[in-house]
Amino acid sequence: MAAGCYEGMVAPMGVMKRVQLVFRAKANKALDKMEDPRETLDYSYQQQLELLQKVRRGVADVATSRKRLELQVNQLQQSSDKLTRQAQDSLAAGREDLAREALQRKAGIQSQQGDLQVQYESLQGEEEKLTGAAQRLQAKVDAFRTKKETIKATYTAAEAQTRISEAFTGISEEMGDVGMAIQRAEDKTEQMKARAGAIDELMASGALDDVVSGPRDDIQAELDRMGASTSVDHELAQMKAALASSAPRQIEGSQDGATGTGQAPAQAAEQAQDAE
Amino acid sequence: MIVRILGEGQLQVPESAVDELNELDARLETAVERNDEPAFRGALEALLARLREVGTPADPDTLEPSGLIVPQEDASMAEVRRLLTDEGLIPG
Repeated sequence: MAAGCYEGMVAPMGVMKRVQLVFRAKANKALDKMEDPRETLDYSYQQQLELLQKVRRGVADVATSRKRLELQVNQLQQSSDKLTRQAQDSLAAGREDLAREALQRKAGIQSQQGDLQVQYESLQGEEEKLTGAAQRLQAKVDAFRTKKETIKATYTAAEAQTRISEAFTGISEEMGDVGMAIQRAEDKTEQMKARAGAIDELMASGALDDVVSGPRDDIQAELDRMGASTSVDHELAQMKAALASSAPRQIEGSQDGATGTGQAPAQAAEQAQDAE
Repeated sequence: MIVRILGEGQLQVPESAVDELNELDARLETAVERNDEPAFRGALEALLARLREVGTPADPDTLEPSGLIVPQEDASMAEVRRLLTDEGLIPG
């Protein structure tokens, strides 16, 4: 709405009073609709119990979403750890290009992880707020139930009217507040679900997790290829060494050299295998 | 007087503190009228901070309606506008 709508007001009332009046008007409107005051008490009590159920379901929903996020954060952490190991293995094997690629992917995953962490904390906050709202509403509903029985037992219909209005207005304000808290939590949970769904899709597509854990892991494939080629080199070197020992003595020097160069690829092959 | 902070519950506030709270509230209202987001944020935070200083939690069993109601800390200016006109923000 336009800011100009306030200009016609004679005296500023303040935000606090105006919000209070909106809540009050809402309660009065509901009260006006009810003809029998005693009926009002029972009807309102039923609504309170329903809202209590709803806020408890809300707490459970937020908790479920929070746990799903937790799972995803852990999955991303595993991917990130694996990429770190792969980068180390690549570097040890002298493949800085592969190490760089692994670290770049890791940076992408960490950025996703950071976003999820923020969402996680936001949901945790909503969960706490809703839990508090449920407790506050429970206390008011209990108080209302007691008051309702007292009013019914003690007062005539006419006398009861004022007391019922008071109790109804008080509980109505709490219900409005709790209702809004539920709405806010639902909105945040919906946003989060959309986000979590997108991350699941990314993982399923192989853009995040599958790249490093499945058969399409090209960094690992390259490391494996290198491992395989170094073991070929190693075997070749062994064969050369065997040939050399049965050959004339003048190639003894090159035999030692072949054995020496055979050592390094063997270590690289072992490291590559460790990484699997 | 009882003052409700939305999403947090009711506080018992001494009458002596009400004038000061109203002044802070006037700043909030002006910010909303001028559509001034930074001023709105600052005014809401200042109002809530002072309110928490002077207020003590009201009896959880009370069914007494609040005399004043303050938006929650993370309320956006748009939310506060809708609250002021009750554009379907309060369920029920």
